[in-house]
Amino acid sequence: MEAFARLYTELDGTTSTHAKLDALIRYYADADAADAAWATYFLAGGKPRQLVRTKVLRETAIEASSLPQWLFEECHLAVGDFAETVAHVLPPAVTLTRMGLAAWMHERLLPLRALPPETVAERLRAYWAELDWAGRFLLLKLLGGSFRVGVSRLLVTRALAAHATIDPKVVAQRLIGYTGVERVPTASDYQVLIARGADGTASSGHPYPFFLAHPLTAPVETLGSIDAWLVEWKWDGIRAQLVHRAATTWLWSRGEELVTERFPELVPSGNALPDGTVIDGEIVVMRDGEVAPFARLQTRIGRRSLSSRLLEDAPAALLAFDLLELAGQDLRSLPQAARRTRLDEVVARVASDRLLLSPLVACASWDECAVLRDASRARGAEGLMLKHRNAEYGVGRTKNVGTWWKWKIDPMTVDAVLVYAQRGHGRRASVYSDYTFAVWDTRNGERRLTPFAKAYSGLTDDEMRAVDAIVRKTTIEKFGPVRSVTPTLVFELGFEAIQRSSRHRAGIAVRFPRILRWRTDKSVDQADTIDTLLSLLTEAR
Amino acid sequence: MDLIVVTRDGLYCPAGGFHIDPWRPVDRAVITHAHGDHARVGSNHYLASSASAQVLRVRLGDVSLDTLPYGARLPQGDVTVSLHPAGHVLGAAQVRIEHRGEVWVVSGDYKLEHDPTCAPFEPVRCHTFVTESTFGLPIYRWGDPRDTIANIASWWSDNAANKRTSVLYCYAFGKAQRVLAGLQDEAALAIGPLACHGAMISLNAAYRAAGVPIPDVPRAADIPKTSLQCALVLAPPSASGTPWLRRFGDFSDGFASGWMQVRGARRRRGLDRGFVLSDHADWPALNAAIEATEARRIVVTHGQIATMVRWLSERGFQAEAFETEFADEGEPELAPEPGT
Repeated sequence: MEAFARLYTELDGTTSTHAKLDALIRYYADADAADAAWATYFLAGGKPRQLVRTKVLRETAIEASSLPQWLFEECHLAVGDFAETVAHVLPPAVTLTRMGLAAWMHERLLPLRALPPETVAERLRAYWAELDWAGRFLLLKLLGGSFRVGVSRLLVTRALAAHATIDPKVVAQRLIGYTGVERVPTASDYQVLIARGADGTASSGHPYPFFLAHPLTAPVETLGSIDAWLVEWKWDGIRAQLVHRAATTWLWSRGEELVTERFPELVPSGNALPDGTVIDGEIVVMRDGEVAPFARLQTRIGRRSLSSRLLEDAPAALLAFDLLELAGQDLRSLPQAARRTRLDEVVARVASDRLLLSPLVACASWDECAVLRDASRARGAEGLMLKHRNAEYGVGRTKNVGTWWKWKIDPMTVDAVLVYAQRGHGRRASVYSDYTFAVWDTRNGERRLTPFAKAYSGLTDDEMRAVDAIVRKTTIEKFGPVRSVTPTLVFELGFEAIQRSSRHRAGIAVRFPRILRWRTDKSVDQADTIDTLLSLLTEAR
Repeated sequence: MDLIVVTRDGLYCPAGGFHIDPWRPVDRAVITHAHGDHARVGSNHYLASSASAQVLRVRLGDVSLDTLPYGARLPQGDVTVSLHPAGHVLGAAQVRIEHRGEVWVVSGDYKLEHDPTCAPFEPVRCHTFVTESTFGLPIYRWGDPRDTIANIASWWSDNAANKRTSVLYCYAFGKAQRVLAGLQDEAALAIGPLACHGAMISLNAAYRAAGVPIPDVPRAADIPKTSLQCALVLAPPSASGTPWLRRFGDFSDGFASGWMQVRGARRRRGLDRGFVLSDHADWPALNAAIEATEARRIVVTHGQIATMVRWLSERGFQAEAFETEFADEGEPELAPEPGT
């Protein structure tokens, strides 16, 4: 625990990727395999089921701090992070323990789930008394299920590969599924991760690490001749790999979650594939040959039991766009175009209406391409994907063997007025960084501002500071962490989709709202009206 | 009778006919310490501690200044005034005011922990204590400042080994000299040269003139480029993001401040390192200082006013607030530490 806490402090204390990589490699060099197994689990994003109920954790912490509740709340507001607040206010440690991370997990933390709250509270107090600041902070993060440190999975992969002197691609593939919620990683799991030699995944259901696209920010012409590129629609669904090996089918989402049971209608298509096939594509809801909006797919997400009604209302299909494995051979280093040709053949042989090709978009020029892109929304797409014919299939967000560009349509936009502000969390703790926006609404006779969206991203730190100062000066009322303000600020908001909603006061809901820019040139009176939003509603579909 | 009231111009002692740290020009000003939000120009006459004379001259220039040794008593109107060490920075004083057996003490800014550059805080018994509350939340608890200095030295040493200049942001008056005083042992000086931003030169000189043993360090501009790579350079926070930093190439930056206690405050600034080192009292020290005065009436000024007032009221004190114009950082993430 001590070594892992030290690693956490090092990772948290630097913004340099190089320094983080060094710290990880140093940790692995000294770590016991059982401890490293857990450290890897947490660093790579694993979150065990909640160990202690939030309420119990909170009450025990407040009691141990001997502070009145209101004062603890004040501290929490100033810090913006529960675990850090508690670490600051607990009384000093009595003795320090040297117990390793794995022992902490197995002997102390995992058993907490089965214990009554009084016993949990008693044990927590005893554990806190054995840890210094860094140890407590880490423990609280693990207990609260909010362990996060600025390390990407890719960086963990690189560190493990460097430590074990093996290919990072092999490590990446072995890591898939390592961080499942029910997983209890052991020393031997860790040894498999870093073992030299054959990767041993051929008979398992492991997918390949997903290759991720980058947003195209430069003018499209800079990509050169369109002849060198494959153009596809960018679907708004769930990215997934369909794996068929050893007569079994697995469906993995990009979050590395096994979702086979959530989409049973895709399994027969998987079973119809030849043994040793992996297809990459996007799960969408497909009705009458058309891709339905994401909202429809949303009704399927998170449901473990599927009614036949739901399956009929929101039937899923996989739109295939890449072939990663065929006849047990890893095809990822083949050129994009060659993979595509094989994909076409494989999908044609299955001949199912649940496994379809994501069609190639034929364009003679970038201009033509741009015109088609503008019509994406009507097809249920968010824009276009541009893939070089010679690109290999990379790992994660790498660009070394090829790049996928996502050329998304410009978001819908509206000029809206800031009406509420809330303090942020973490890096933005105690800065008013989360805002609620409103537009003018005359539907009830008088002209008033009706809130319709919350957004917290899109401003630079300097702008956020300036807005923060104005929020403080124009506050009308405070409700806990939220302030209502005199409307003075106008922002251009962008969002991806809009739909009617009976749950929102404005009668509409927008998807992925974010701030595009601060309209210092506009007065509140010049902000948009609800009618602007309603007209976007018809335009979208 | 209240010995101190708040007026448009600042804290005022009606029975003595003087102001304390006024924020507008007045006739007679008693100054607790030389930070900019407490010592402002324009008043006719100033009274301050003898120990603060040199630094106050740097800040205020040639003004009409009387000084008083710590503990010496001086009649002012109907009251008797004396100054007592506040432990904040060189020359910092608490102002004790006595009027017919009634005693008030105005703390100015203070800390209780070890600082080799100024006289240690002296608890003064009083009926009413006017206290600052900059770090008046239980999350603020400082470790031993000598450990912090050791951490700074170790960060510096790592950087020097990698040929990267260490740029440490710290307030030009007080914090900078405290860091310099802590780093003058042989082990630290073996790492590389110490240097500072031009804004600190005159203050360093004033400290040495006042007899505080701090090393005489050159401006960063006067150090040869080759030895700059393993130097520790002290700079005021206002230097961050300026072209002045270009001379250091690939450097590592850190900030020595009480605000660095909270991770969010460090991360927002995008710094490599945050070192928790403050010239203000932490939560336990504020409470200890208040207890030590044996005062029953506590007036809270600049900082976490509402929190401290409620906390003290719940503990049986008669607690109230003064609204002042001292650098107020109820919102620590945005305001720099007071007194630059």
